Amino acid sequence: MKYFPHTQQDIEQMLSVAGLRSMDDLFAEIPQQLLFNREFDLPEAMSEVEIRKFFDTLGKKNSQLVCFAGAGVEDHYAPSVIAPVISRGEFLTAYTPYQPEISQGTLQYIFEYQSMICELTGMDVTNASMYDGTTATAEAMMMCVSIAKKRRKVLLSETVNPKVRRVVETYARYQGVTVERIAEKEGVTDIADLEAKLAGDDVAGVILAQPNFYGIVEDYSGVADMCHARKALMVMNAKPSALAVLKSPAEWGADIACGDAQSLGIPMCYGGPYVGYLACTNANVRKLPGRIVGATTDVDGKRAFVLTLQAREQHIRREKANSNICSNQSLMALFVTMYMSVMGKKGLEEACSLSYSGAHYLAEQLAATGKCSLAFDKPFFNEFVVRTAVPAEKVLEALRADGILGGVRIADDMLLVCVTEQRTKAEIDRFVEIVRNI
Amino acid sequence: MIRNYDKLIFELSKEGRSGYSLPKNEYAAEHCICGLPAALKRETGPELPEVTEFDVVRHYTNLSNKNFGVDTGFYPLGSCTMKYNPRINEEIAAMPAFAALHPDAPAEAAQGALEVYYNLAASLAEISGLAAFTLNPYAGAHGELTGLMIMRSYHLQRGDAKRTKVIVSDSAHGTNPASAAVCGLEIVEVKSKADGTVDVEDLKPLLDDTVAGIMMTNPNTLGIFETDIPEIARLVHECGGLLYYDGANLNAVLGKCRPGDMGFDIMHINLHKTFSTPHGGGGPGDGPVGVRAGLEALLPNPQVKRDERGMFYIDTDDKSAGYVSGFLGNFAVLLSAYTYILTLGRENVKLVGPLAVLNANYVKESLKDEYYLPIDGVCKHEFVFDGLADKSTGVTTLDIAKRLLDYGYHAPTIYFPQLFHQSIMIEPTETESKETLDEFIKVMKLVAKEAVETPDVVKNAPYNTPVRRLDETTAARFPKTTYRQLRV
Ligand SMILES: Cc1ncc(COP(=O)(O)O)c(C=O)c1O
Repeated sequence: MKYFPHTQQDIEQMLSVAGLRSMDDLFAEIPQQLLFNREFDLPEAMSEVEIRKFFDTLGKKNSQLVCFAGAGVEDHYAPSVIAPVISRGEFLTAYTPYQPEISQGTLQYIFEYQSMICELTGMDVTNASMYDGTTATAEAMMMCVSIAKKRRKVLLSETVNPKVRRVVETYARYQGVTVERIAEKEGVTDIADLEAKLAGDDVAGVILAQPNFYGIVEDYSGVADMCHARKALMVMNAKPSALAVLKSPAEWGADIACGDAQSLGIPMCYGGPYVGYLACTNANVRKLPGRIVGATTDVDGKRAFVLTLQAREQHIRREKANSNICSNQSLMALFVTMYMSVMGKKGLEEACSLSYSGAHYLAEQLAATGKCSLAFDKPFFNEFVVRTAVPAEKVLEALRADGILGGVRIADDMLLVCVTEQRTKAEIDRFVEIVRNI
Repeated sequence: MIRNYDKLIFELSKEGRSGYSLPKNEYAAEHCICGLPAALKRETGPELPEVTEFDVVRHYTNLSNKNFGVDTGFYPLGSCTMKYNPRINEEIAAMPAFAALHPDAPAEAAQGALEVYYNLAASLAEISGLAAFTLNPYAGAHGELTGLMIMRSYHLQRGDAKRTKVIVSDSAHGTNPASAAVCGLEIVEVKSKADGTVDVEDLKPLLDDTVAGIMMTNPNTLGIFETDIPEIARLVHECGGLLYYDGANLNAVLGKCRPGDMGFDIMHINLHKTFSTPHGGGGPGDGPVGVRAGLEALLPNPQVKRDERGMFYIDTDDKSAGYVSGFLGNFAVLLSAYTYILTLGRENVKLVGPLAVLNANYVKESLKDEYYLPIDGVCKHEFVFDGLADKSTGVTTLDIAKRLLDYGYHAPTIYFPQLFHQSIMIEPTETESKETLDEFIKVMKLVAKEAVETPDVVKNAPYNTPVRRLDETTAARFPKTTYRQLRV
């Protein structure tokens, strides 16, 4: 077996050093009835040639579709230079930088990642990454409860992605935290409902989205003051790629920003790996879970980076821990750091501009077919909801027959459609043509 | 290699440079982003570096030169199973047929991906002796939390709300109690005996009708097999609790015995340990969770199933413990682990544990004169020294770890488990050759000798690394965690 270096002679010599006679002696203490004595019901070993063919066959069972689906995961452009560099063994096969002297590569890119996430969100600090946007938001919820001490209720807008909401609700249920929904009204958070629900002075945090699940850019003017007057924290789940243009969570007055950074070029990969981000103001840094990298110097005065503020972490706090995250999504943090470096502010803005234009063009053209209409009259970014005259499923089927993934069905007659900088005008026109002919 | 490279990407920035290329925006003016109300836009843009594509490539390549991975050298980091990460795994994980697949693509457009998920779950069930697996959790700790949610739901669905305690060994990894806390459970610690295993006599009085279950790993974090496991399983089950297996140590017994057969009801596996997916500088990994028959419905949603026609579909179950992830886990990592299992095949999977254990015992026996071995006897895939055998040198575990860096090794895990003051936890894994181990043994002996003869040399190590010992106190006292803070 190519992964096992042991020759028969090695095995014999090593056993003899260990004072043992046979390989079975290595497991002599294990009670007989626990030993596994049959063959595994698994396929026989495959060569690399066979492996490639095997997965080729499997891959062909997936359909390659032109992607107009979003709903939290978007088909963005990834610069060619990222994949080869993040696959370098020095990055790929390292683990958590416990030994900073030989982990400056990892530590420095995390520092750069933190810097860039803070630039986008306007927050003071962020951690080294979370698993994904859903768990990052659940952690934000736990931060709120932990900071508020006695309050065990959070408000969650119905305009937050349902996939995020259900993870937050799951975590909250086990923690004994009450999650109350803030109603949606015409595609946006019902601010009057939010105000009413804050009135009890028992809310630890308020979780909102930007852009929201329907692609709408919400106007959160005055919301931060409203939350803070009631001593509740404001959490904003924001899409990082859009933050090149949109008012940042900090500008809206949020205390915590969180979400998924998949939109920063990470391949869709059927759901992962992505990278969740979680950032906050300086006031709340002691409750920020996960790892944080800070700058320092070595004994010779050289600048260097190191894991810091570790007293917050689970390996120290054990049963008092606020979070249990250990392994995170470090390599994907490197991915988005390289992405932001290549794109820069201008590249990000241009990608936003292309996505925005494409989405608005598609929305207009779709409405002109008479087969669907825009569901909400609100400013949207690169994603929007159309109400379909025929069942949404039929629209999706017609598009799929022509190689297009037309969006995500969010109700029997509602379709959430997303356009990124990867979609060409020709692809958009084809989409429209198919819908027109339904 | 240019190890003295010390620039931040921001410091390469020059106004006017750029590294991207995008298609022209040919849409009409009425579709321009300038139509977005100004009140919704940010006032100042993010300060990101302005660099060329080439700057980015060279910068991060230089950073990689200041890093150490399994590909670089021996990485005996205990509890982390730093085995070789085969490249074919990554090639398969990056195949466009999977990488370009949107997670909300309908099942009929994702049959290949769903088949991978389904078959990997089945393979893990066979390997671990449990009935069914979810692959949704993103890492080991996330798996622990998911498993505890399942445990909690199991009791609640039987109308038993008073089981809120979880028993955790004092040698357990920090994530065990932390996961229990995040799951809203109360932690009760069970003591270990002098040999490091759970003290059954100490356990017995803890078992009552408020106990939801126990979290263990076997072999435990000291690398010792818990031979009392059948008795522990009986006692815990008799009191109505469930047994959770922390799969971080599964590599030790892979092919030799299975957690399900030991009596465990729920477990997680760290694919980034036992199943060779790369650790990525801290992640991503994946933390599949398995359950015994009868608990399948409680696995988190969404669940992947197969119908009578052999078609795969995504299902949800009302009894499920809930949702812990956006989609179906770190899918590319699943591809990588599945590739590894198929490459090993049934005939080689069963050799992993024995060879890993052989390597660990070989290193342990070769070094136990120089280093203090608190628990003697045959270990499993890893073992723990409590510092040097010679306690008079003043040289600590930290010093030894740093000196090893000079000699081209990653340090073992240090100061864990917390049972000993000077823990050095060594896990060689099965993919290291006798020659590599012999070199490492030689260097470990040399460091022990240096500790006696020239202790200051060891205490001030490392010398040959890109940076030397760091001022961690200042880093924590005056945290600078972004470039913006660094500049002021
Ligand atoms: C014994 C043990 N349990 C649990 C974990 C947590 O796993 P992960 O880091 O994948 O979340 C680790 C990992 O470091 C471990 O060593």
